[in-house]
Amino acid sequence: MKEDNYIKLEFPSKSNNEGFARAVIACFAAQLDPTLEELNDIKTAVSEAVTNCIVHAYPDTLGKISLRARIFSDNAIEITIRDWGMGIDDIERAREPMFTTGGQERSGMGFTIMESFMDKLRVRSTVGKGTTVTLRRTISVRA
Amino acid sequence: MKISTSMSDGRLRLYLSGELDHHAAKDGIQIIRREIDRNLPRDCVMDLRELTFMDSSGIAVLLGTHKQMREIGGRFWAVNVQKQPMKVLNASGIYRIVEIVEGEEIGI
Repeated sequence: MKEDNYIKLEFPSKSNNEGFARAVIACFAAQLDPTLEELNDIKTAVSEAVTNCIVHAYPDTLGKISLRARIFSDNAIEITIRDWGMGIDDIERAREPMFTTGGQERSGMGFTIMESFMDKLRVRSTVGKGTTVTLRRTISVRA
Repeated sequence: MKISTSMSDGRLRLYLSGELDHHAAKDGIQIIRREIDRNLPRDCVMDLRELTFMDSSGIAVLLGTHKQMREIGGRFWAVNVQKQPMKVLNASGIYRIVEIVEGEEIGI
């Protein structure tokens, strides 16, 4: 499928960038003429992925987060959130609902929400090297 | 996110407005904990009519509040949940633990 447009963005793992990342992705995805619900789904999934970087990839340090998004000619958006932090040793377990290493302040529902709000979720991780999360969603074409 | 509170007849009301993400939850959890400790309410109602966005961080906030109220023998529920937050709460299955009223509050 042909790539129509893209953005690349980089920011430090400060929690006040969570809202910034949501706003950026909402602006970019707006080109696909999504419904409010579709836009909210994308914002929610991105919020989860960026929060994971802040909480889990860089628990005690500030690190770099990269956000890339591409729009394709079939009205799909693909979003890649990458960090160079701790990595995940058991991805399958991390994706299980209610599993968290984040303590009482986290719910363990991040990957579950990404999975149910997007069409596709791919997680690649190497311990000590970092994690790449790819989210994909096709926006319905409205008459 | 902003939190305002009111206390009357043993009922603590928490009004959350804006966006509840991990950034907002860090302070939000502390504020709510302090309010419950100070007021020791019989029950606690979280009003989400002004909450425009919530991610999974909100689930932890609701669960934490539920747990704290249970510890002091009180009830907790959430009311006026808007569409986007409701979808997140539904995906989490939290309604099995915490009472959630989508629209206006009813009864007691």
